[in-house]
Amino acid sequence: MSANDPQGYKKTLSSPYTGIKGWIDSRLPLIRMMEAEYLKFPVPKSLNYFWSFGGIAMFCLIGLILTGIFLGFHYKPSAEDAFNSVERIMRDVNYGWLIRYLHANLVSFFFIATYIHIFRALYFGSYKAPRELVYIFGLIMFFLMMGTAFLGYTLPWGQMSYWGATVITNLFSAIPFVGDAILTLLLGDFNVGDATINRFYVLHWLLAFSILGLVIFHVITLHMTGSNNPTGSEPQSWDETLTFHPYITIKDLNATILFFIILAFVLFYYPNILGHSDNYIRANSMVTPAHIVPEWYFLPFYAILRAIPDKLGGVIAMFSSIGLLALLPWLDTSKVRSCLYRPIWRICVLLFALDFFILMYMGGKPAEGIYVIIARFGTAYWFLFLLVLAPLVGFLETPKQPLTISNYLKSKKA
Amino acid sequence: MSEQNTPRRDFIKLATMTLGGVGAASLAIPFITSMNPGKDTLALASTEIDLSPLKEGQSLTVIWRGKPVFIKHRTSTEIEEAKNVSMEDLKDAEDDSKRVQDSKWLVVLGVCTHLGCVPLGQKTTDVKGDFGGWFCPCHGSHYDTSGRIRKGPAPKNLPVPPYVFLTESKIKIG
Amino acid sequence: MQKLISLFLLLFSVNAFSAGSAIEIPKYDWSWKGFFGTYDRAAAQRGLKVYREVCAGCHSMNLISYRNLEALGFSEAQIKAIAADYLIQDGPNEEGDMFEREALPSDRFANPYPNIQAARAANNGALPPDLSLIVKARPKGADYIKSLLIGYTEAPHGVNVPEGQYYNQFMEGNLIAMPAPLSEGAVEYDDGTESSIDQMATDVTTFLAWAAEPSLEDRKRIGLKVILFLIVLFVLAYISKQNIWRDVKY
Repeated sequence: MSANDPQGYKKTLSSPYTGIKGWIDSRLPLIRMMEAEYLKFPVPKSLNYFWSFGGIAMFCLIGLILTGIFLGFHYKPSAEDAFNSVERIMRDVNYGWLIRYLHANLVSFFFIATYIHIFRALYFGSYKAPRELVYIFGLIMFFLMMGTAFLGYTLPWGQMSYWGATVITNLFSAIPFVGDAILTLLLGDFNVGDATINRFYVLHWLLAFSILGLVIFHVITLHMTGSNNPTGSEPQSWDETLTFHPYITIKDLNATILFFIILAFVLFYYPNILGHSDNYIRANSMVTPAHIVPEWYFLPFYAILRAIPDKLGGVIAMFSSIGLLALLPWLDTSKVRSCLYRPIWRICVLLFALDFFILMYMGGKPAEGIYVIIARFGTAYWFLFLLVLAPLVGFLETPKQPLTISNYLKSKKA
Repeated sequence: MSEQNTPRRDFIKLATMTLGGVGAASLAIPFITSMNPGKDTLALASTEIDLSPLKEGQSLTVIWRGKPVFIKHRTSTEIEEAKNVSMEDLKDAEDDSKRVQDSKWLVVLGVCTHLGCVPLGQKTTDVKGDFGGWFCPCHGSHYDTSGRIRKGPAPKNLPVPPYVFLTESKIKIG
Repeated sequence: MQKLISLFLLLFSVNAFSAGSAIEIPKYDWSWKGFFGTYDRAAAQRGLKVYREVCAGCHSMNLISYRNLEALGFSEAQIKAIAADYLIQDGPNEEGDMFEREALPSDRFANPYPNIQAARAANNGALPPDLSLIVKARPKGADYIKSLLIGYTEAPHGVNVPEGQYYNQFMEGNLIAMPAPLSEGAVEYDDGTESSIDQMATDVTTFLAWAAEPSLEDRKRIGLKVILFLIVLFVLAYISKQNIWRDVKY
């Protein structure tokens, strides 16, 4: 909008660049966007390595999509052929074993990175105003991640694939009145079978690419507010910031390489350690495995599901354990962001993290005896944390005075 | 927020980026290679054929890499005819001796070089065209007793696949 | 540091999967374990003989092709000879009939039974599982398979073993439908190795481990190169980072 056309309806092309760069950028302003958002973008100076896990998660996602595409060239999504097509990939396709193991293990490492990333948000108050939408888009992506992972796990059509699918889809029948009809609609048959695996394959692709699309919203909302940092205090001057490039790019590169070294150890020397041996047995609708266990990243939520004795209650508890997390920006009443300055809330958050691991352990055990009792306590704490502690602690606690970024950096240097 | 580009810093950055690039390229190799035919496909890439049941004048069709291959036990008349054709009469000039290893046995791909139909002529009851070999019903190409194109729109002779004689009566195609 | 802790805690929680195997499975020293392990070719070749002479009567291995045996050191001629020992069904021919022919290297290992129902009928209703993936399909893998093979004992006092079942120390529930498959000297080895039960169990387990995971040696070899490369890359990236951040004033 210039002084001559206050309406702004006269569109003129302009670009800060010249030459071919300028020609493209004036018509499709990606170059100036990339420069603003990924090169010059100001980032607090006080970030620690917890902040690298978002980028690491994104590399995992890209890796999953690439390996997924190349697996897709060979995989056959039918009940009859799926298991054999995966073994063909492992044995006959050139480097098929590498692509398959990479795909499977990247899922686990994607969840590791995401869980650390979410912990960072909880500990440093990144979910609080004005970053609520960054957080919510993140939780939506997490939800989609779990859907994608569940669908993907059914595709090899091993025993765990089949029976895990049976158990989880049966949850839909818990919905009153319409539950059974929805279940049949979802499965395309009266049981998990050929119709199911075919559509699960399509949905797996669909959800995976949806996550990729949502990354854009997650990053846009983040760039509207700028990154949080360990102090929770916003930068007050340019001196308290750094440009994304080269400082954060090289820092994230370091963290990513280290992360992938750990991935490489698991991938090349213990590729099946995070999986379940039962999934190397062909799916058999007549034989149920002794212990149906989901993959490790689902275990906490599986524990919550089985902690509630009522079927529908368990389903509601499982879904709301994540759904209520989305309300945390409003449930948490504290004006202070970071746990560094919130002594009581800090304990609550660390206990929540411990609870997560306890529930994970319980989820892998049979749902009986001491295991289910502990799972119930764990579930109780989860909801206590969100619904009672978040509002109360914010109200009652006396936080410390948050340092400015400069003072925080000075104190660290000392 | 300064960026003093000392030569040492530049070198380290260059080394890191180069090594990273090498890594990325090396990572691409297994992915691209995975698109090539798998080991099971390659195992079926050669077929062994026992020629002993084929009597003089008889033809056999086998499948090799998904395509038909014509194996003909040629009679002496057919061999004579094939040898006596002058190169000027051929659209795709090729001497019969270049197309066979043992003149009794003709091994050619049964795919018309025009647009890919399977020519007739393998069965004794089949139309064999004007030159005693094969006739393609799709657009009227005529092949002779050496599988060479003599009349019709096909540009090239029926291709000879790679094969070896394992014994006098056994060949391996591919 | 946090990453290390997270990984440690993660691997800790991996323990969550072993949902109650009260039976202790002994650990054996396998040639392919460790960062530089490989499959003992001689053992695997002997194991193939054990499979062919003892196990193949009931157990299929339908994910393995005869041509795969090249990886164990068999020549093309040897593989053709092994394959030709088996008849497989092919067809229909030009008359519309199914027929039998000798197996080729490109064929999968011949099935002992034409279908699952025939397999069950011949084995008191129990289905002998396919062995192509058996080592990966059991929680303790090769240790479990070998232990099972040598774990047949007299049932302890008071334990009732029904007809058609046998007592085994390492089977879940201690009852197994397969009778003890190995007996002293059951297989005569071509290389003259003494075929004790322990030896045959070790050899056939080695063969089965290879069959379940033929890419293991490639995987470990490539893994070493990749990890060394990443370490070098990390060192460079680390130096770059220190270099770039040197100017940052607090």
